[in-house]
Formats: sequence, structure tokens, C-alpha cells
Amino acid sequence: MEKFKKIKTIVTPLDQVNVDTDQIIPKQFLKLVQKSGFGKYLFFNWRYDESENQKQNFVLNNQKYQNSQILVTGDNFGCGSSREHAVWALKDYGFLVIIAPSFADIFYSNCFKNGILPITLEEGIVEKLKHESEELEVDLENQILKTNSEQISFDIDSHKKKILLEGLDDISQTLQFEDNILEFEKQSKVPSVL
Amino acid sequence: MGKTLFEKIWDAHVVVEQEHNLSLIYVDRHLVHEVTSPQAFDGLRENNRIVRRPDLTIATMDHNVPTNNRSLPILDQTSAIQIQTLEKNCKDFGIKLFDINSPNQGIVHVIGPQLGITLPGTTIVCGDSHTSTHGAFGALAFGIGTSDVEHVLASQTIWLEKPKSFEIKVEGKRKNPHAVTAKDIILTIIKNIGTAGGTGTVVEYSGEGITDLSMEQRMTICNMSIEAGARAGLISPDEKTFDYLRNRKYTPKNYESLVEYWGENLKTDSGAKFDKTYTIHIDNIAPQVSWGTNPGMTCDVTESIPTPKDYSKGDRNQEKAAQKALEYMDLKSGTPITEIAIDRVFIGSCTNARLDDLIEASKVIKGQKISENVSAMVVPGSQMVKRQAEELGIDKIFTNANFEWREAGCSMCLGMNPDILLPGERCASTSNRNFEGRQGVGGRTHLVSPVMAAAAALEGHFVDVRQLDLQ
Repeated sequence: MEKFKKIKTIVTPLDQVNVDTDQIIPKQFLKLVQKSGFGKYLFFNWRYDESENQKQNFVLNNQKYQNSQILVTGDNFGCGSSREHAVWALKDYGFLVIIAPSFADIFYSNCFKNGILPITLEEGIVEKLKHESEELEVDLENQILKTNSEQISFDIDSHKKKILLEGLDDISQTLQFEDNILEFEKQSKVPSVL
Repeated sequence: MGKTLFEKIWDAHVVVEQEHNLSLIYVDRHLVHEVTSPQAFDGLRENNRIVRRPDLTIATMDHNVPTNNRSLPILDQTSAIQIQTLEKNCKDFGIKLFDINSPNQGIVHVIGPQLGITLPGTTIVCGDSHTSTHGAFGALAFGIGTSDVEHVLASQTIWLEKPKSFEIKVEGKRKNPHAVTAKDIILTIIKNIGTAGGTGTVVEYSGEGITDLSMEQRMTICNMSIEAGARAGLISPDEKTFDYLRNRKYTPKNYESLVEYWGENLKTDSGAKFDKTYTIHIDNIAPQVSWGTNPGMTCDVTESIPTPKDYSKGDRNQEKAAQKALEYMDLKSGTPITEIAIDRVFIGSCTNARLDDLIEASKVIKGQKISENVSAMVVPGSQMVKRQAEELGIDKIFTNANFEWREAGCSMCLGMNPDILLPGERCASTSNRNFEGRQGVGGRTHLVSPVMAAAAALEGHFVDVRQLDLQ
């Protein structure tokens, strides 16, 4: 996985609560067997009408946000289905940071496996950020967001921070614990299925 | 201080404990399906890795399989490729697969328990959020993303931060248990605690309202734990649990000695403390109908559609969400639920497509015909459920009433196969999510119990099933 670097872009405000993963990536696109190319289907039913023309009132269709890498949104973002395709779509589209008052558990965990930084902040601060028209700098190393006028610090678990900053591969890390896993298997009383 | 059931199962599966509340947890059962696994198997190939424990891994195809005639080819090429990919992956990596023609094929959360793969006290994962279903057997069961599917295939473990524990006490007795069902209990709970009410927690359901339920009804409760945001739902196993799993295809040979151990150990100690507790009294709850675009937007069948203001109780964001939901659903505040006309009925999904669900729904429609304005289908949760129902003649009750009787799969719960709503169509559905477009772009979903769905099919609109003579 690529290392997470400092970024500075304008924010894309998605002013909604409980955005579920069915909206982020609708089911018709889950049939693909690869990980790449989901960006064009991101928020598909909100971005396009029945004839696949862009819906003008949806925020992602506003040219202004074309190069934004930061999504700012409402409570319980990513709820519902566990589909990691939602994270693949956000990443492929270009989002690297998502800021919200809260996230759904599985979505939150999926973000770190794909180099996306989800930031949880108080609702009042998130509201303010939605209206930030200047570029926002996201500095994960120092856990700080910088606007032109202020600095906002954010919390993140230090292990998760390390995974993003160093672009660590989870599985090779885990396989270093092979002896522990073997030891566990020896004493486990749970029978095989087959 | 005593331990909760969740803590006991958790502690028994910790392989490595690190700082930050992070543990490497051993996985006893890994269930795999066609949609969330292809990229995980690709990852194994790229890194020259094998599946560590194929004997603890089981696969089936459920999400995008057609539910019509199984002897016909799959017309949707992308679906066909995904299904072939799972076949190849299972063959290459030595995983047992219940394929589209297997008598044991079905929705992964229906077949796990039916085959005795799901066991009390185990950890179970699957690349599907409704894995919480298996918690009904006292298993700690999580939905995971595809990266974690790959991680579990390679290592049979998963890194998890220990969730908080949340006890939901379900007290009292339903006056009419045929009309007010497990679905109505869980929808009422979600309505009350909200769709994020369980975030970061494992819920343990307890109380008379839970012990009274059959295993199938308990699965309905645990299944929708994720709809309240919880990582998992859990119910302490009892004699009903042990009876259900006895003599299944994969029930372990030393089952009775396991039962003895489970019976003694798999319960929350009396002195144990939960991080959070919520109590609900179910004596007077009503059949539920969702009116919005998340499962928390639900009300009693006797009520009217609320105003966004009343629904939101002063929360501006929730008020806006309710406004948007009513627009999407094409509903007006103040309309009685029983005046909402429907076009489609779907009885199916991992929430409500087990034998018990189909029997209860069939009692409502027996000897009657569905409304001329409605088209309705039953999609059994597994081929085994389908056969059992057919042996009882349940299929005939449905087909005589003009329901379609299909082959097993997830079907119109998420519409990945050809079973979808058309734009604007309104559906009474026994599934678990009423999200925008979930059952088809522009489709409108109302979540209800199987008996409520059956009654709506007959009348063409919602009715209070407590007024029917159900035994």
C-alpha cells in the first residue's frame, strides 16, 4: 500500500447523515471481480439520472470540487453493507480523507486497509468545515488540519496511524505471528467443518 | 467480577494481544460467497499465499444467482463470470463449495446453521454484514470487508479492536405472537436506539422476550443487529439452540460433550457488567412498517407517516434526512400506514426466509388470492428450506394464491440478480434494508414481517395483522 502523505485540497461537502454503502457504490457494480475502476460508479444513482446524464444538483458534479481529495459529511457515514467496494470507489475517484462526526464500524476499518484516512470530529467543527471554501491541509503525522485561519487537531489510534503513514501490509505483519497461531490451533477444541 | 458471554468468547480466541486494545483473534469458521471474495483470492495469488485452513472455510453462491429455473444458463455475463470465478477459486484453493446446483446451496446465513457449521462459542466471519445472524447460536459473528477476507484466508485470524458490550433486555410477552413477530421486536429496537445506536458494540440480547423465541426468530433478531450499527448480536445458547444443531450434516461427532461444556460456560455471569444497557418491554408492541430510507424510520402499523419535525425531535440533520426520505418514498406526512398501496411483495432474505417464516406467512394467505394490483414472490432462504416447505405443501399455498415460488438466493433483498423493483414501484419486503435503490433504482421498500407482507399482498395495502385470526 502507498504511504499516506500530507495533502492540501479544497473539501467536498456532502451534507447528509447516514450515507450507506449502497449509495456510495450501488449493487449493480459489485459483480466486478477486480479492485480497480470503481471510481466512475461512485454515488452512481446520485450522480446520474436514468439516461446517465449528470444530475446538476449533486455536489460531485460541481466542477469546483473536481480535484478535491477530502470529503466532509454527516453522522454514521458508510453504514449498512460491508462491501469494501465502497472504499475502493472513493479511493479510485480520488478521495483520500473523509471527515465526519461518526463512521460505521466496518467501513471505518475498511478505510485503513486501502490508504484512506477517516477523521472523526465534533459535529460543530464538521459543520464549519463543510463551508470552508479555501484549501484544507491534512497532516496525519502531526494530526492537524490547517485552514487559512485555524488549526484543528484530531485523534487517531497510533497503530492505525502507523499503518497509513508506513503503508503497511497487514497480512505479512500477521504472518510474523505464525508460532502464536500454531500454538493456538494446538489447544483449540473447535472441530473442523470437513 | 464475572464476565459477559461476549468477553468469554473473545478471551478464548485471543492469539496475540497488543497495545491499543488491539488483538489478533482466531477465526473458527470462515464463510465465503461470490461477491466479496474474488479480489481476496487474487491477493493470495499475487503474494503466493495459500488458504491456511480450507477445513474451516465454506463457500456458497447466493448474492447474484438467478432464482428462476436453475437448468437455464445465467444470462448476465458479469454475474456468470463472478460465479465461475468462485468455482475456480474454491477448486484452486481446496475449499468446499455449495454451488448453484447443490442441494445445500442457499443464503450463507441460512445454510450455516442448517448444516451445523455454525456452533456456539465459535468465532465466525464472512464478507457480509449480516454475519451477525449466527450470533443467535451464541457464536461471535462479524461481517468483514474483502481485505479482511484475504487476511482470514491467509492466516485464519483477524485484527480487531475489542468492541464494547451492550445488553439489550427484552422483557415481557407478546399478546399475539403470530401477529407480532421477532421482526417487529428488532424493528422497534432499531427505531428506539437508532441506526447508529449499537456502533462499536457487540449486543447481547437477553430476557423472556428472547428466550421465548424459536431459533429461527432469534436469527431474525441477531441478523438486524447491524441495522442498529452493532458489530455483532449475541444470544446465550440454551436447549433450543442445542436441539436445533443436533444431527445436522456437519454437526461434530462429539456433539453431546460440547453441549455439556457450552451449557455450563456460554452465559453471562451474574456479576458481569455491560458497558451499556437498554431495556424494552414488548407486551404491547405493534406490527412495524418502515416508511423511510433507513431501518430506523419505522412506525407502528396503526400510526400515520410522521412529519420530519416530529420524527427528528429537534435534530436538524435528521429532519432533513426525513424530508429527503419522504420525497424519495413519495409519501406525505399524516397518511395512515394502512392506506399505503403496494405494487410488489417480497418474502425472502437472510432475515426472514426460513421455514418458520414461510409457514407463518402461508397461514395468512391460505385459500385466498393476492390483490390484482400486486405481484408477489417467495424466495426460500436455501434449497433445503425450499424442499422442506414443498414437503409440507407450503409452495402450493403460495402458488395457489398467485405468488411466484422461486429457487434460493439473496434475490430482491439487494437486487444483484434479475429480481429487482422498477423505478417507482413500492414493495412490502421481509428483507433488512430500505435504503434508496436497494431493491432496484427508484424502488421503494417498506420493511415488514412475513405475516405483514403476506397480508399486504392479499389486500394491496398494509393491514394490521392483529385483526386476522392467526394461530
